Amino acid sequence: MPSNPGSNPGSNSGSIRLQVTRYRPESDSEPRFQEYDVPLRKEWTVLDGLNHVKNEVDTTLSFRWSCRMGICGSCGMNVNGDPKLTCAAFLDDYAPGPIRVEPLANFPVVRDLVVDINDFMEKLPRVKPWIIRDDDALLDGDGEIDGEYLQTPEELDAYKQFSMCINCMLCYAACPVYGLDPEFMGPAAIALAERYDLDSRDHGARERLDVLIEHEGVWGCTFVGECTRVCPNHVDPAGAIQRYKVKAAKENVMAFLLPRGAR
Amino acid sequence: MSDGLIRAAHDVLIVGGGGAGLRAAIAIAETNPQLDVAVISKVYPMRSHTVSAEGGAAGVIADDDSIDEHIYDTISGSDWLGDQDAIEAFVNEAPRELLQLEHWGCPWSRQPNGHVAVRAFGGMKKKRTWFAADKTGFHMLHSLFQTTLKYREVTRHDEWFVTKLLVDDGRVHGVVAVDLFSGKIQAITAKSVVLCTGGCGKVFPFTTNANINTGDGMSLAYRAGAPLKDMEFVQYHPTGLPFTGILITEATRAEGGWLLNKDGYRYLQDYDLGKPTPTPELRSMELGPRDRLSQAFVHEVEKGRTADSPWGPIVHLDLRHLGADLIDTKLPFVRELCLKYERIDPVHELIPVRPVVHYMMGGVHTDIDGATPLAGLYAAGETACVSINGANRLGSNSLPECLVFGARAGRAAAEFATTAGPVPAAIEAQAADEVRRLERDLLGKDSEGESTSAIRDEMQATMEDAAGIYRTGPAIAKGLDTLRELQERIGKVGIADTSRSFNTELLAALELANMLDIGECMLQSALQREESRGAHQRTDFPDRDDQRFLTHQLVHRNDDGTPRVESLPVTITRWPPGERVYGR
Ligand SMILES: Cc1cc2nc3c(=O)[nH]c(=O)nc-3n(C[C@H](O)[C@H](O)[C@H](O)COP(=O)(O)OP(=O)(O)OC[C@H]3O[C@@H](n4cnc5c(N)ncnc54)[C@H](O)[C@@H]3O)c2cc1C
Ligand code: SF4
Ligand code: FES
Repeated sequence: MPSNPGSNPGSNSGSIRLQVTRYRPESDSEPRFQEYDVPLRKEWTVLDGLNHVKNEVDTTLSFRWSCRMGICGSCGMNVNGDPKLTCAAFLDDYAPGPIRVEPLANFPVVRDLVVDINDFMEKLPRVKPWIIRDDDALLDGDGEIDGEYLQTPEELDAYKQFSMCINCMLCYAACPVYGLDPEFMGPAAIALAERYDLDSRDHGARERLDVLIEHEGVWGCTFVGECTRVCPNHVDPAGAIQRYKVKAAKENVMAFLLPRGAR
Repeated sequence: MSDGLIRAAHDVLIVGGGGAGLRAAIAIAETNPQLDVAVISKVYPMRSHTVSAEGGAAGVIADDDSIDEHIYDTISGSDWLGDQDAIEAFVNEAPRELLQLEHWGCPWSRQPNGHVAVRAFGGMKKKRTWFAADKTGFHMLHSLFQTTLKYREVTRHDEWFVTKLLVDDGRVHGVVAVDLFSGKIQAITAKSVVLCTGGCGKVFPFTTNANINTGDGMSLAYRAGAPLKDMEFVQYHPTGLPFTGILITEATRAEGGWLLNKDGYRYLQDYDLGKPTPTPELRSMELGPRDRLSQAFVHEVEKGRTADSPWGPIVHLDLRHLGADLIDTKLPFVRELCLKYERIDPVHELIPVRPVVHYMMGGVHTDIDGATPLAGLYAAGETACVSINGANRLGSNSLPECLVFGARAGRAAAEFATTAGPVPAAIEAQAADEVRRLERDLLGKDSEGESTSAIRDEMQATMEDAAGIYRTGPAIAKGLDTLRELQERIGKVGIADTSRSFNTELLAALELANMLDIGECMLQSALQREESRGAHQRTDFPDRDDQRFLTHQLVHRNDDGTPRVESLPVTITRWPPGERVYGR
C-alpha cells in the first residue's frame, strides 16, 4: 500500500466511520473509542483506513502492520467483534458502517490496537515445533549432508495444511477456552505440534504428546470450532486439537492398562 | 556500567530476524555453543519480510545442471558487476544450505519420487529453483524461526528498534535501541554485531516491500563509518499489482504465463529477448532477466501499447492457458492474492501488472565472509552487498544468498567475538548521548513541527522521478537538491505522540531519517555512474562503459554528512566481461 493512500485515485464513494479503540497506559485508566471518518474506496482495506488516519488525521494512533498481503500475521484486530487480518478486510464489505476496530480479544492491550502476544511466544517452544530425530546431520557441525530426506507429494500433503499457520493469533482471539483459561496451549501451538507429528521426516511425536498430555495442553478445548472458522489460512486448528485428544485418550487408556515401565 | 543504561551484554548481536539473521544465529549456536548470541528485531522474527517471498530459492541439484552454469547465469545477470569469487562461493554453497533447510523441516515441493522439485526462473538457463508452492519465503522463515527455538542459547529481543551502532576507536561494541513495548531506550553491548536488516523498498512510493523495509541497517552502518556499495542499482520487478504493489511472482511466468500488451501481443519479442513459443524457454522472452523486462515495459508505454488504469499504464499477465489445476497446485497464493486484492480470477481473467520497486542490489559493503571495513561489524542478506548481484539480481538468488552469507557472517562474527577485548568505558558515554538525543530531540519535541508523512511522500516522489527505470543526470541532480532540503526539514519534525509505549510515530520519524540517507547515497552513486548497466539505465549515457565503470562504487559519509563516492575494482576470475545474450 502506498504510504499516502489519501492521494490515490480510484473509485470513491463517500466515507465510512471507524470507531477505534484508544488506550495509552500512561494516561488512560481504561480503553475508550475514538471516531474517524475515512474515504470509502472499493480497493481500501480496514488497514488502509487506519493508515489514512495515521498519516492524515491523527498521528498518535498505534497499530502493527507490515506486509499488507496477508502473510506476515501482524495486523490482526477485532473488526465488528470478529478477529480479522485488517489488510484483508475490505471497507466496503462493512458499508455503510460504522466499523468498530478493537484490539484482538483475549490478550492484554499494550497500547491502542496493539496487544501483548508474549504468552503465545512462550508457549510455542514448549510444543517443540522443529524436526526431531536422532540421526540429524548438520552443516555447521562435523556431519555432511548427503541429500534430502525423501518425502513424496502425498506425505507432504499429510501435514501441509497445518504448516500454513502465520501466527496471526486470530484463533486465540476467537477461542472461548483461551479467554477463560490462559494456561490452555491454544489452537495455533497445537496445530504446529500436529504439523511436525504428521511430517514423515519427524520422529518427535512422543515428546510432543508428553507435553500436550498435561491438562492444560489439549484438554481444555470443548470443540467450539471458532478457531477454525476465523483462521485466514484454513489451517483447521480445531481438527488438530481433535486429533491430539484422540492420541491423548489412547495414551491414557494405555497408562491405565500397563504399568509405567511397559509403556 | 550502570544498570539502567545497559540492557544486556552479548558476545554476538544479530540485528534482524529474517532469513539472513536467523541463519546467522543458528550458525553461531551450532559452531560456538558457548557464545552468548542474541537476535534483536523491530518485529517478531516471523513477521520479517522474508515471509512474503513467493517464487523460490536457487541451488544446483538437478542432474542436467552444473555449478558453472549457475555461476555464469548469475554473472551475466549481474551485467558483470558481481564479484566472481563471491558468486562461486555462493553457487557452491547454496545447494547444501537448501538441503540443510530441508533437514530443518522446510516443506519443499516434491517430485513423485520424493526428491525436491525445481522450477524455471528468469535469467536461469536450467531448472534450479527450489520452491514451497508459491509461499517459499513464508515456509523458509517459519522453518528457520521454529528451528531457532530449539537453541536455548539464542536470546531474543523482540520488537526492539535499533537506532545507533556504538563505535569506539574503529571498532563496533553494540547498539542503542528502543524497546517498543515500554519505550525504554537502552544500550545492548556486543563484541561483534551482524546487520541483517533487509531491504529498503520504502524509499520509493510503489514497491513490493513491506512497511518495515526502510533500510535501517544501511543507514546505521553508513553513519557509523562503514561504506555502502553499488547503491544505484535498484531492481524493478516487472509484475506488481497496480494499486497495492503486491508482487505476482516470476514463478507465474516460469510455469508458462505470458506478458501481453493492450493488443494481446507478447511484446517482449520486440526487445531482443527471443521469439515467443507456446511453452516457456529458459533465458528467453518472459524468462528474461528483470531489468530487461521492466525496461521493455517503458518502451511499450512510449509506443502507446499499454492499457490504462487509475494508477497509470499497465500490461497484462495471462495465466488462463495454464488451467485451474496447475494454478492451484503451483501458484495458489497468486490466485488468492488476485481474488482478494484485484477481485479477478487468474484462471479466467487477465492480471493487470506494472513494474514495481522490488529489491536493492546495493548495500553495506562486505567481503566474502560478511565483514565490513569496520572492525566487529558484519552484514548479510539484502542489507549487505557482497556482491553476488552486481547490477541486476536474478530472481531466486536472494533467499539462498541470505542462507549462504548469513551463515558465513555468523561464523565470522563468532570468530571475531572470541578474540575481542572488553567493551571500553567510552561506549557508555556514547550510549548516554544517544538516549538523550532521542528523548530530548525527538520525544520531547512539540507536535507543531514538520509532518513525517508529508516529508516521506516527497522523498518517495523524488526518488521515483530521479531513480526510476530510466534516469538522466539533470533529474538525478535535481532529486539530490530536493533530498537535501528534506534532510533539513526532518531535523524539525514534530512528534505529537507523547506516550512511551509503542510509539509508532517516533519509529516512523527514525525510519524516515534512515531512508533519506539511503536515498541520498542512491542518487549520488547514480549521478556518478555515467553509463548504463543492468538496472541502472542512463538515457544520457546509454551504453555500458567497461573502460570507466567496470567497478563498484562505495559511498562514504563525510564528516559534514554529505556522501562521497569512491570506486573499487570488480573481482573477475574466469569469466571476462561479455555481451548479455537472452533468447538467442
Ligand atoms: C514480495 C517479495 C517476494 C520475493 N520473492 C523472492 C523469491 O521468490 N526468491 C528470492 O530469492 N528472493 C525473493 N525476494 C527477496 C527476498 O525475499 C529478500 O531479499 C530476503 O528475504 C531478505 O531477507 P533478509 O533476512 O535480508 O531481511 P528481512 O527478512 O527483511 O529481515 C529484516 C529484519 O531486520 C529487522 N530490522 C530491520 N531494521 C531494524 C532495526 N532498526 N532494529 C531492529 N531490527 C531491525 C526486521 O525486524 C527483520 O527481522 C522477494 C522479495 C519480496 C519483497
Ligand atoms: S491457526 Fe490460523 S488463525 Fe491461528 S494463528 Fe495460525 S493462521 Fe492465525
Ligand atoms: S499486514 Fe501482514 S498480515 Fe496484514
